[in-house]
Amino acid sequence: MKLYELIIIGAGPAGLTAGIYAARKKMDFIIITEDIGGMTKYSWDIENYLGYQFITGPELVEKFREHINEFNVEIREGQKVIEVLKDEENFKISTKTDTYFTKTIIIATGRRPKELNVKGEKEFRNKGITYCATCDAPLFRDKIVGVIGGGNSGLDAVLQLSRIAKKIYLIEIKDHLTGDFFVINKIKKIDKVEIFTNTKVVEIYGDKFVQGIKIIKNNEIIELKVDGLFVEIGSIPNSEIIDFVEKNQYNEIIVDCKNRTSHKGVFAAGDVTNVFAKQIIVACGEGAKAAISSFEYLKYL
Amino acid sequence: MEKKVIVYSTKTCPYCKLAKEFLKNNNIEFIDYDVGEDREKLEEMIKKSGQMGVPTIDIDGEIIVGFDKERLKQVLGI
Ligand SMILES: Cc1cc2nc3c(=O)[nH]c(=O)nc-3n(C[C@H](O)[C@H](O)[C@H](O)COP(=O)(O)OP(=O)(O)OC[C@H]3O[C@@H](n4cnc5c(N)ncnc54)[C@H](O)[C@@H]3O)c2cc1C
Repeated sequence: MKLYELIIIGAGPAGLTAGIYAARKKMDFIIITEDIGGMTKYSWDIENYLGYQFITGPELVEKFREHINEFNVEIREGQKVIEVLKDEENFKISTKTDTYFTKTIIIATGRRPKELNVKGEKEFRNKGITYCATCDAPLFRDKIVGVIGGGNSGLDAVLQLSRIAKKIYLIEIKDHLTGDFFVINKIKKIDKVEIFTNTKVVEIYGDKFVQGIKIIKNNEIIELKVDGLFVEIGSIPNSEIIDFVEKNQYNEIIVDCKNRTSHKGVFAAGDVTNVFAKQIIVACGEGAKAAISSFEYLKYL
Repeated sequence: MEKKVIVYSTKTCPYCKLAKEFLKNNNIEFIDYDVGEDREKLEEMIKKSGQMGVPTIDIDGEIIVGFDKERLKQVLGI
């Protein structure tokens, strides 16, 4: 069985940058990933990535793809890693169909949207409930929709929907919206947006598709008729695939300033870690550090 | 015989873009409906697939929801 020097799991900005560094250092490595681009594909307007005053997520991902294709990098796309195990000094990585062995790993698996965990959520997924406003907002032209979550992504969803939907309920569990002040003010001026704070969603109901939600405000249950529901309540790290590295209370993999985890030979980078600031440019930098770190580690092995 | 392929998509959905690229790269011809604009086609997609996720791909009546590369390959025989 082949033993790689490095396997990178995930091909968002962190994993791809790690790949470019590893390729330039001529490491013997592959990238295993479900998709290319990760969360960056879902960002619509990116205005804080150096070198581009303005670029959309899908376009930036195209640039990433072009860049990585300059090198002869083997990317196993469409493969989900299920488990990472120790194999004496090395590591064994399993997907549904294959097993790989490697001396070092970079975990760059990012995050996924958090679910509400209420009645009806599983049943109506893709039947009115969505976790990607960028993807699905256009389907709700002239419809009534709810947006759950008053943080930046929730506000972003409201802005996108304000050009499309007939009526928008914005529902926040805290007593105030938590996103940027500037955006909150913008949203408060839109007539068709109705804001509920201190409000919890308890049930999503419908027939074949979502027809409405039940919310609780001031101990009172209110029913709102909606055709669609955008869940934007934050995200959780994709860190379940490994259980022998230390994680913090949010399940983020703890790394030091050289992107080392608590286990020798395992490195992690980007949104899946406890790094401060979950941003594309940060994830890129972290990926670069992790690759250099893995290279250095192998040198002295 | 060539299979008839219909893609229901929106302009903004990244997986729609990937799915269409995949078909193009494999020289598969397809009809693309923007269900964000075309109300009738949106209804048609919902009727066929019983759901609202995009992309929804119809290959000779076989419905694939999302960009599921493996299934696409299988159904298209590529
Ligand atoms: C709506 C939205 C807007 C945003 N806007 C901005 C912005 O304007 N500017 C900015 O800087 N940042 C923005 N961000 C944040 C930015 O997208 C993330 O910080 C960045 O994508 C993190 O990169 P990453 O490589 O760590 O993880 P991700 O991009 O999440 O990539 C993770 C990769 O791992 C793969 N993966 C996950 N689990 C597995 C597994 N088990 N097996 C194999 N592969 C796996 C995924 O397929 C993916 O390729 C936005 C995010 C969202 C959701």
